[in-house]
Amino acid sequence: MVSTMIDALWGWPPPVLDPAGPYSGKVTTLAWSLFGLGAFVTLVVVFALWVAIKGPDKWKAKLGGERAILLGGVAFPGVVLTALLVWGLTLTASLTEPIHGDEMRIRVTGEMWWFRVQYLDPSGAVVMEDANEIHIPVGRPVVLELESADVIHSFWVPHLSGKKDMIPGRRTLLRIEADRPGEFGGVCAEYCGRQHALMGFVAVAHEDDDFREWYAERNERLVSAGLDITRQVESSSGSGTQGSERSTVTRTGAGANTNSGQQSGRTLFMQSGCAACHRVAGTEANGLAGPDLTHVGSRRTLGAGILPNNRGTLIGWIGDSQSLKPGNRMPSYDMLNADELEAIAIWLEQQK
Amino acid sequence: MGMGSVEHRNWKAIVAGVALAACAALAACKDPVETRREPAIGPKDRGLIAIKRAGCGSCHEIPGLDWPSGRLGPSLDGFDDVGLIAGQLPNRPDVLAAFIRNAPSVKEGSSMPPMPISEAEAADIAAYLYGLDHD
Repeated sequence: MVSTMIDALWGWPPPVLDPAGPYSGKVTTLAWSLFGLGAFVTLVVVFALWVAIKGPDKWKAKLGGERAILLGGVAFPGVVLTALLVWGLTLTASLTEPIHGDEMRIRVTGEMWWFRVQYLDPSGAVVMEDANEIHIPVGRPVVLELESADVIHSFWVPHLSGKKDMIPGRRTLLRIEADRPGEFGGVCAEYCGRQHALMGFVAVAHEDDDFREWYAERNERLVSAGLDITRQVESSSGSGTQGSERSTVTRTGAGANTNSGQQSGRTLFMQSGCAACHRVAGTEANGLAGPDLTHVGSRRTLGAGILPNNRGTLIGWIGDSQSLKPGNRMPSYDMLNADELEAIAIWLEQQK
Repeated sequence: MGMGSVEHRNWKAIVAGVALAACAALAACKDPVETRREPAIGPKDRGLIAIKRAGCGSCHEIPGLDWPSGRLGPSLDGFDDVGLIAGQLPNRPDVLAAFIRNAPSVKEGSSMPPMPISEAEAADIAAYLYGLDHD
């Protein structure tokens, strides 16, 4: 785990053939079968080559005969490839099955060069937004709706499922499921521009209780911001009242260990233009172009799965993102001084 | 024809002999089997691992680390030859380790924030930075 984390991109190199769930298990079965069959055919071809060059004349004649060509060149590949195609499609059909029960729904949108993550309620409305991190419960299939905001990307978390392209103007489906808790690295698997190699994410699988706890924490954060993801569909007046009540409690609690940096960090964030591209729920920051930062303080990585998330890396990213990931859409905020960068980083750290 | 085939065989034998000798020579270069284990990793290796884990490269160019290579902070290349840490503190391993963990506590007003690094890791990182001796 550690070695995958410290090398540039979370989950690099992709841990293939190491399934952590049923869908990935099917892909792994298919892969090993193809390797096995490929090895067998290679052996047969090498043997035929030996016969053709050094074998006894009688065998040579047989190998060059019409019968051998029809059997080995037409019948064998025809039958085997057809069977493989049918078997492979049947085996992996479940990976792209649409929703037919109460599966969890998450929309993941590929953008140059990060992943927008939106948790959906059963009606398909967005209830929570995040980036470059996907939280799922263990043992339950999750249906991903994959989209792209610009060019073709491909969503790949090898531990949990197969690859699926994210195509502009189209929605593709992919199911993922984990059968054990853990943090699984994912990458973009379709060349999508200059920083394709630095476009990754983390999928976190929680045991049921942990997942509920995680969800409750997120919900509390949104309630304190005046939103309530569990009451999204109910009347707005009711949830609004409750939201503001709880908001007071949470803010007072946070106020105990507040330093003067918090307010100035928030002010600087708003005044420096960050809010034009980033949204932080419950504040006036409502930009939609970049990753939602409502929960940025709780993320494992920064910059789409490429840096550990701490105050130092936050400062480095804000002040100098163009050195770390050249060409990415966020400019280096090198007009801010060290104190200002730190104040913004401290405020962002608190956005759990 | 007969002559040619004998010469051809000799030529083959020579090539085979040279190849075998080359293989033997290469094999002789390897250490004996029992010493060819992964060497236990030392403080310097652990230092580089800690550097990657903490993401020091987000702000510093660090030798031995291809990426990331941030430019917000100073380059740490040739650190053993640096005069003063952050232009102020004596360049000693213990001071450096303390600075790495919590810079503002050693140098008031330092623009480097406290980092999530343990004392042991900080000592390893200091060992790594001092160990890159180019002289």
